[in-house]
Amino acid sequence: MSVLVYTENWDGKFKKLSYELVSYAAGVAKMNGTSVTAVSVGRVEEAELKQLGNYGASKIISVTNENLSQLDSQAYAGVIAEVAAKEGSKVIIIANNNTGKAIAPRLSVRLKAGVGSGVSKLPVNHNPFTVYKRTYSGNAFAQLVIKSDIKILTLAQNSFDLVPSSNTATIENYTANVDGSTVKTSVTNVEKQTGKMLLTDADIVISGGRGMKSPDNWSPLVELADLLGGATACSRPVSDEGWRPHGEHTGQTGKIIAPNLYVAVGISGATQHLAGISSSKYIVAINSDKDAPIFESAQYGIVGDALKVLPKLVEAVKE
Amino acid sequence: MKILVCISNVPDTTTKIKFAAGNTSIDTAGIQWVINPWDELSLTRALELKDDTSNGIKSVTVIHVGPAASETTIRKALAIGADDAVRVNAEPLDAYYTAAQIAEVVKKEQFDVVFCGIESSDFNGSTVGGMVAEFLGVPSVSAVSGIKFENGQAVLTREIDGGKETVTVSAPCVAIVQKGIAKEPRIAAMRGIMMARSKPVKVFEPVAVEPLTQVVEFEKPAPRAACKYIDAENPRQLIELLQNEAKVI
Ligand SMILES: Cc1cc2nc3c(=O)[nH]c(=O)nc-3n(C[C@H](O)[C@H](O)[C@H](O)COP(=O)(O)OP(=O)(O)OC[C@H]3O[C@@H](n4cnc5c(N)ncnc54)[C@H](O)[C@@H]3O)c2cc1C
Repeated sequence: MSVLVYTENWDGKFKKLSYELVSYAAGVAKMNGTSVTAVSVGRVEEAELKQLGNYGASKIISVTNENLSQLDSQAYAGVIAEVAAKEGSKVIIIANNNTGKAIAPRLSVRLKAGVGSGVSKLPVNHNPFTVYKRTYSGNAFAQLVIKSDIKILTLAQNSFDLVPSSNTATIENYTANVDGSTVKTSVTNVEKQTGKMLLTDADIVISGGRGMKSPDNWSPLVELADLLGGATACSRPVSDEGWRPHGEHTGQTGKIIAPNLYVAVGISGATQHLAGISSSKYIVAINSDKDAPIFESAQYGIVGDALKVLPKLVEAVKE
Repeated sequence: MKILVCISNVPDTTTKIKFAAGNTSIDTAGIQWVINPWDELSLTRALELKDDTSNGIKSVTVIHVGPAASETTIRKALAIGADDAVRVNAEPLDAYYTAAQIAEVVKKEQFDVVFCGIESSDFNGSTVGGMVAEFLGVPSVSAVSGIKFENGQAVLTREIDGGKETVTVSAPCVAIVQKGIAKEPRIAAMRGIMMARSKPVKVFEPVAVEPLTQVVEFEKPAPRAACKYIDAENPRQLIELLQNEAKVI
């Protein structure tokens, strides 16, 4: 009956998102008086697995199988469904990131379980099972009733605070029923940048728009992000123009992020841009146009020329 | 090879969303409906692939689950260049229901590759594509930002945290696409609009499926506190506020 949470790992390591998921699952388990079982796929050291206990997991099911070394959504959904059946889980928690978006819908059909996607708060109600979800790209929220016996929730990254726990989790190794023929996709090449803060993981994001005027003006913005331990982002036209890499594009058609602090520099605040950043806890706007719509979404604003303001901010942070 | 592109129609992305019927539905008065941005891009890419005759693509069909009123959206897709269309005559009650309808049509009409957008900008569910694949029991690849065909296989670029992967898969399969799949959405030309009128739209009645979820109430996002302005000559004050008031740095 336990709440099942799928905890993805990155080269054998968990990250904040994994602990957010377990914290969230623990919150759900508390509501329905059950416990949390985490399922991990791939080789993860025992000490790392145990970390999940620190956020409320009582049991960890560790699945290692060579055929699961790369994400194949069909095979992964199969394994998670198997574990869910074994545990009798009625609620399954998955991240609303690329991996979760690949697995959750397949799992849904397999288990005939309704999906509440992109949730950021604990369920509003247990019976009927009701969740609060983002719709219309952030322009509305909906209370969604999941009517099926089993429910799947996908949690938005950076939206749920970590809740430490003193659980000591037990670890169970599980041999999944996956042979090579189950896996129908093959990964032939991987390109990954290492050592750089990922935009989706960052607590602080400094983002530039067309108001930055030219790709040559970015150094104070990057410096500010570095000084604050944050990541850099941009609006769509900026990446379309090739001023900044595509991976930095935030908004409806780019990345959806929810950092603690989002600083929008020379960004007008179009609804499509806001769709990607409106869940940020604090938004700061720096814009030369006092009527720019971004100020309506910001808690702090500076009306001024970004190219003059940024170096002063860098100075202030350095001191 | 036959390609099927799933098309959802959504309010234009600048629409101010209002509610109706005691906040249980969206007030559709004055809404301008458009093809969901990702679906528009996936249709564009499917057509580009068909244009390259070496891919041997016989047809690009669009499918939409929706009432007769949404036929204008289908005509738009035909004007952009789809060869024909299927409409399942039903309200798309939820993702599970919608995906079940699409899968049923794929079984009947035998498509090789199904394209689906990563999400619709209205429900933000990110689930229909994967569900269609699971209903069909075929592989799916999600977060796809590039697709081509090589030696009879689909070669896909998949976005991962901080990078990308190349994934190969044989048809039949489902590609769930996102930003990057095509540069700019293809726009309908006059000739396309004229031709769209006579292109075939097959209408199927829905199969009986119980939806698994239901929206019971809509709400507006909580308003943010009014903006506090800081003098441009003294940005140091911003840093102080972020440190001491917001406590985020
Ligand atoms: C279907 C669709 C999807 C879209 N998806 C996205 C998306 O995902 N993300 C996205 O960002 N956009 C998206 N857009 C585009 C969006 O509508 C806006 O065009 C875009 O966000 C504007 O980018 P910007 O704010 O950088 O540029 P602009 O709108 O040109 O704004 C530049 C701002 O900089 C200010 N400025 C100028 N000079 C200075 C200066 N010296 N100092 C300070 N400020 C200055 C100006 O006052 C202005 O407010 C989408 C559009 C559509 C139709």
